[in-house]
Amino acid sequence: MAARAIWKGKLKLGSTVVPVSLFSGVVDKTVHFHILEERTETRVKQHMVNPENNEEVPNDEIQRGYEVEPGTFVILKKAELEKLEPKSSRDIKITRFVSPEHISSQWYDRPYYLGPDGDAKAYFALAEALAHQEKEGIVRWVMRGKEYVGALRSEGDYLMLITLRHAEEVVSAQNLPAPGGRSLDKKEVSMAGQLVELLEGEFDPNQFKDEYRDRVLEFIEQKAKGKRPRLHVVKSKRGTSSLDKVLSRSIASLKKQKEKAAA
Amino acid sequence: MRPLWSGTITFGLVSVPVNMYPANQSDRAPLRMLSPDGVPLSRRYYSQESGRDLDDDQMIRGYEIEKGKYVIVTDEELEKLAPEKSRDIDLRRFVDEQTIPPIYFERGYYLTPGGGTEKAYRLLAKIMEDRKRLGIGTFVMRGKEYLVAIAAENGILRAQTLRFADEIRTAADIALPEKKKAVKAAVTKFEKLIAKHSRKELSAKELHDQQTERLLKLVKSKQTRGKDIVETEEPTKGDDDNVIDIMEVLKKSMSARR
Repeated sequence: MAARAIWKGKLKLGSTVVPVSLFSGVVDKTVHFHILEERTETRVKQHMVNPENNEEVPNDEIQRGYEVEPGTFVILKKAELEKLEPKSSRDIKITRFVSPEHISSQWYDRPYYLGPDGDAKAYFALAEALAHQEKEGIVRWVMRGKEYVGALRSEGDYLMLITLRHAEEVVSAQNLPAPGGRSLDKKEVSMAGQLVELLEGEFDPNQFKDEYRDRVLEFIEQKAKGKRPRLHVVKSKRGTSSLDKVLSRSIASLKKQKEKAAA
Repeated sequence: MRPLWSGTITFGLVSVPVNMYPANQSDRAPLRMLSPDGVPLSRRYYSQESGRDLDDDQMIRGYEIEKGKYVIVTDEELEKLAPEKSRDIDLRRFVDEQTIPPIYFERGYYLTPGGGTEKAYRLLAKIMEDRKRLGIGTFVMRGKEYLVAIAAENGILRAQTLRFADEIRTAADIALPEKKKAVKAAVTKFEKLIAKHSRKELSAKELHDQQTERLLKLVKSKQTRGKDIVETEEPTKGDDDNVIDIMEVLKKSMSARR
């Protein structure tokens, strides 16, 4: 079944236009719960209440305010907020291209696939060119009243658009003090290096499964059948030996595992 | 500000106790909802049946198995479903950052050294930075399992949650049309355009949030003019924490241990 486009836009680079459709790149697999009233086991509702008299304030009477100092608000009127909204547009403006290593993984937010909307030739030509040049485009666009910055990249034969967090939304490690202390023991540094080397490998996403999600769903299924699955916490031990002893034991056990696997 | 999570990273048999703090601030200029006379409002849950507001201990969590029918699941059950071992971040693999496709990255957190010595923390940070590797593992936090990449930068550890493979769609899932052989001249034209618009780096300015900037400017101008300002009698504590300066919290928790 073909997925439905969530939005349509036009990639613009100089005078060149590539019409595209946007599709979500992710599926939500979170186990969603509802909040229920205990007595009736029915869904609860939410409303906004004035805590001074516990009276509900209806939506059309609610004002929005920005807290400039604790307890002091500047009210922003509906018309003012509407004026601040960006002009709606179908343009996805490409502002520049950079090498992927210049985009920190901290910026990446939500991924979307782009599909051709009409003229497929220009679409596939752009995807091919991006792949050849090993570049990502930095783009800006407005979608549903919100301004976005994104990275345009090739993914296989196709184009992908990943929204990027705004600069102000990411705390940079450059401005943080690192924990200090006496210089590290050379022997421990070398052993830790060996240990990490033994665990080095390719990133294989299929190696990691959300086992907990399966366990929760299985538990719900059992309960739905009227069963009461027994639960108990599996305890694990944690050693308290010195760091260099733990390191050498880890290295020894990993080496043994590798030898076994090779044999 | 309390850490979101306190726990242990392990690699081999080595334990690194850490505290976790958010590295992202999704809304820089959150607007509060106020009553017509300027009182900050609270969000409350209420009963559909009686219409009365409900306290926390009058509510439970249910999973909908068919319309209007729920299986009740308690916090305690959710906790017991996670084996103790699954609550540690066990780094099972160390990989090159460039080999993780960007589609996997979800959210960022900073890790500060937790109880005991910070030697193991500094050791792990140094090794990962020297070898340019990220450690990959999974762990369960508050009723959900996360796949994470632990990275080190300037001696500081951070965690990036990753999506699980089954949460990611492929082009085939979406049924994107099959590739049409691109005309060579068209590809070359785009390559030239890409080269022409390429830059050596990406400055933070390119990622500037102009929309919030406009909002803050309007707030400031109204504040100077003394227009539409309300003061609450006593600073009420709202149900959502007010703007928290993550940077300040992190600085404090890092330097408290120096």
